[in-house]
Amino acid sequence: MNKIHLEITVNGEARSMMVEGHRSLLDALREEAGLTGTKKGCDVGDCGACTVIVDGRPVNACLMLAVEAQGAEILTIEGLQPDPDTLHPLQEAFMEHGASQCGFCSPGILIMAKCLLDRNPLPSDEEIRFGLSGNICRCTGYTKIFDAIRTAGRRMAAARAQSVEA
Amino acid sequence: MRRFEYHEPTSLKEASQLLTSLGEGAYFLAGGTDLFVEIRERLRQVRHLVNIKRVPGLDQIEWSDQTGLRFGAQVTAGQLEASGYLNGRYPNLRAALKALASIQVRNRATVVGNVCRASPSADTIPPLIADGAVIETYRPGGGRHIPLAEFFAGPGRTVLEPGEIVIAVTVPPPAQGSHRAYLKHGRRKAMELATVGVAVSLEVEDGLCTGARVALGAVGPVVLRAPQTEAILVGSRLDAAVLNAAAEQAMQECTPISNVRASAEYRREMVGVLTRRAVMLALEEAA
Repeated sequence: MNKIHLEITVNGEARSMMVEGHRSLLDALREEAGLTGTKKGCDVGDCGACTVIVDGRPVNACLMLAVEAQGAEILTIEGLQPDPDTLHPLQEAFMEHGASQCGFCSPGILIMAKCLLDRNPLPSDEEIRFGLSGNICRCTGYTKIFDAIRTAGRRMAAARAQSVEA
Repeated sequence: MRRFEYHEPTSLKEASQLLTSLGEGAYFLAGGTDLFVEIRERLRQVRHLVNIKRVPGLDQIEWSDQTGLRFGAQVTAGQLEASGYLNGRYPNLRAALKALASIQVRNRATVVGNVCRASPSADTIPPLIADGAVIETYRPGGGRHIPLAEFFAGPGRTVLEPGEIVIAVTVPPPAQGSHRAYLKHGRRKAMELATVGVAVSLEVEDGLCTGARVALGAVGPVVLRAPQTEAILVGSRLDAAVLNAAAEQAMQECTPISNVRASAEYRREMVGVLTRRAVMLALEEAA
């Protein structure tokens, strides 16, 4: 089977790899790029554990071929931290609230929560529910996840207000 | 994923020729959110995928007062939902898009793909039928314009010929006094296939209903128009007695089956409830 030369940017870093046409973006990220933070849960778009941001939009990496990402900019959970020594406010808040239990859904939920809070740092419960409707958590009952998202959102809003003042 | 050969044509002509020459087991790929699931779950034997996303000119969303809304085959559910053209004009289609799967899926799934998959429970089909949408195709011998209400041949089947490609959907502009709604019924709000979906598109002048189109999803082999229900609505003042009669008639006009999601009896009952509610919601939501 012919392999295709794929050039993508992952978490700000240019990557080049050879992939078969039938390979999913999820498999390419995990197995070719070695970025195993993005999880493979259902592999049919139901669970959201494989959510990554492609050219600014969250998608299920299992429902996209790697070759379809040719030239794209991709953000995975490994790129959520602003730098290696600083956690994203969502990661901080998830730890404080115990919003991860088994942790398998966390990468996808953190990515979706980032998409939500970037647009709307102070979401209502209904807006959080809508934003996470493509992500399944089987441990937490979502309560602590919601608490963590609200906390992170408040801090992001405060930081934004401060940077506007400064 | 199961192995297949991947093809990336850059013109409609090339895409059409590829699909025809590759023969059995060759399929067009648009968003892929349904097709990849079918491949993984071995519901469809795929040897070749012909991706149409590199074909230029299929990514447009346009609006004109004369001809209405037109969107190309590559437009995703998320793009159409976010476009702003639907606000105040197509609240039924907007509601259907918002209820389709999840944000992640909507960022990949195309509206044309949702239509061409020809599922009787597809969310976008009832509002598009109720609004009189027309399918535009490419064919080597010359494309066609096919009213969406005549597009489906059965569950998963359309009247498309081998190698014929849907390039766009056009939805006429709402007439004066348009009122539209889509209601989806399921066990939960998101990541759900419709148990029943009802779309209504009404024209009302001085309280008198002058036009009505009712489309029923997931209660027949294809999404159904309900012409006798429409006949009850047209010419009436849409009062409680008329709504009850229309709901009764819609229950008679649908042909549901029992499956894993609901029994036929339950679906029929819900067609009555949702038809009445959809008319009431449409009257609240002036288009």
